[in-house]
Formats: sequence, structure tokens, C-alpha cells
Amino acid sequence: MNTLTRENRDGDRTQTGQFVAPSASVIEAGDGYKLEVEMPGVNKDGLDISVENNELTIAGRRSLPVVEGTLIHHESRPENFRRTFELDPSIDANKISARVEQGLVTLTLPKAEHVKPRKITVS
Amino acid sequence: MTLIRYQAPEFAPWSAADRWSNLRDDLNSFFELPFWSSFARTGQLFTGWSPALDLYQSSDNVVAVLELPGMRKEDIEISLHDGTLTVTGERKRESNSNGEKAERTERYIGRFRRSIALPTRVDAGKVSATYRDGILTVTLPKAEEVKPKQIQVR
Repeated sequence: MNTLTRENRDGDRTQTGQFVAPSASVIEAGDGYKLEVEMPGVNKDGLDISVENNELTIAGRRSLPVVEGTLIHHESRPENFRRTFELDPSIDANKISARVEQGLVTLTLPKAEHVKPRKITVS
Repeated sequence: MTLIRYQAPEFAPWSAADRWSNLRDDLNSFFELPFWSSFARTGQLFTGWSPALDLYQSSDNVVAVLELPGMRKEDIEISLHDGTLTVTGERKRESNSNGEKAERTERYIGRFRRSIALPTRVDAGKVSATYRDGILTVTLPKAEEVKPKQIQVR
């Protein structure tokens, strides 16, 4: 019953090497899910979110600040971000919305009307 | 005596190498999962978190670039002490309304701390920082006495 928005690793397999999987958190609220994906260096223009065959793909192209000088200590990864999730059948794919703020992508995935809890009044 | 020509190791006709390279790819992709990379980054388990840092040096400046997605500018603190740059802060949990349940948690919440020894002396009074698209850039101008100088021959 409580299947979440599952990650689809196999979907990414063909693309390994070019992308790095960003950290993500999934929070379930009563009427839907909230998906938070960390994409430092990605802004609205570099973000590409698509739904196909019940799979949600979030891709982020980084536009990193250009710094003058030589790199003397390096920990960041240069790859762009990409991650695929399998949508829970309860989610209404047409109503997914997203926003990006300071490199954090927040997606709101509402549940379809027919799966929401409903009260039936006795007449 | 048989003459054996030099063969570059990568072309060695050893079929098992293929299998090993696949295994290596699989292992590599396993360690590329976010959990492992952040573990390797912090070097310690679950005692706050540490963001990735890149350091650049030019003739005039030392520049530190940190990945800090989803912060508020006000929650980042930058300090300079004894030639060490320290960036600390706290990522606050968003107001949790009732009935919310975490299904998957990979993002770190709470305090973070990152320090790095600077390669040269800097002018503490002229340090500036910008925070954009989740990337913090700290520019530290070098102290006058360590800047390269041209000496004229008379």
C-alpha cells in the first residue's frame, strides 16, 4: 500500500559515467509526496524534469562560477546530475510541480483525486 | 628461443580482464552512491556533515568554492583564524506539519562545519563572499607582503 516514489537504478545504467546521482529525500504528506533533490550549481535554466512511462527523471546541468587561478584542492565533482524515480500509481503525473532555490530542487507530487481519503456523508 | 614482442598491457589477450573490468565498474558505481561519497567526504559517520570544497589560487587571491545546496544566506557563517578558513552553519528542517513522514532521507539536516588551512597569508579585512545557486564562493585577497612583486634593475 505504502509504496513510495521508488528509485529506478536500471534506468540510469546506460548513462553511467556522464552523470552523478544527486542526494534526494522523499517526504510523504497526507495528500501527496515532496521530493527534495540537491543540485548545487543548477538553476532554473539548467533543470530538465520529465515523466515518461511512469518514470520521473530529473536532470540538472551545472553552471558553476568561473574562478580565476589554479585549482589547488579539489573535492567537487564536475559531472551533471541525473536521477530517475518510479512514480507511485497514486500520484497524478499531470499535477507535478517543481521549483529550484539555491541549488535545491523541490518537487510536489500530489496524489490523484480518486485515491485521496474521502468522507461520505450519510443522507 | 622464441621472440616475444612487447605488448602494451591494456591489449593483453586475457579474456578474464573483461570480467574484472565489469566488476570494477560495478563496484565503482556502488561507491558513487550519494551515501558513500558523503561518507568519504566527511571521514566520519553521522557527526554533522561537511560540504565539498574546492580551493583556487591566483597571484592576487585565494578562492574557496563550497557546495551548500538549499541553505539560507543568513544561516552560513564564515570565519578566519590563524590562517584557517572555517565555514559553519545549520540546515534547518522545514516546519514539519502534522502527518508528514520521511520515506527516504539522504539529505543532511543540522549543523555542518568545514575548515581548510590557507596556503598563504590573506588580508582578513578584505574577504568577501557570494552565495548563488547553492554554491558559496569566498574570495580572500592575499596579504600585500606575499603578493608577487616585480623588482626593477637600476
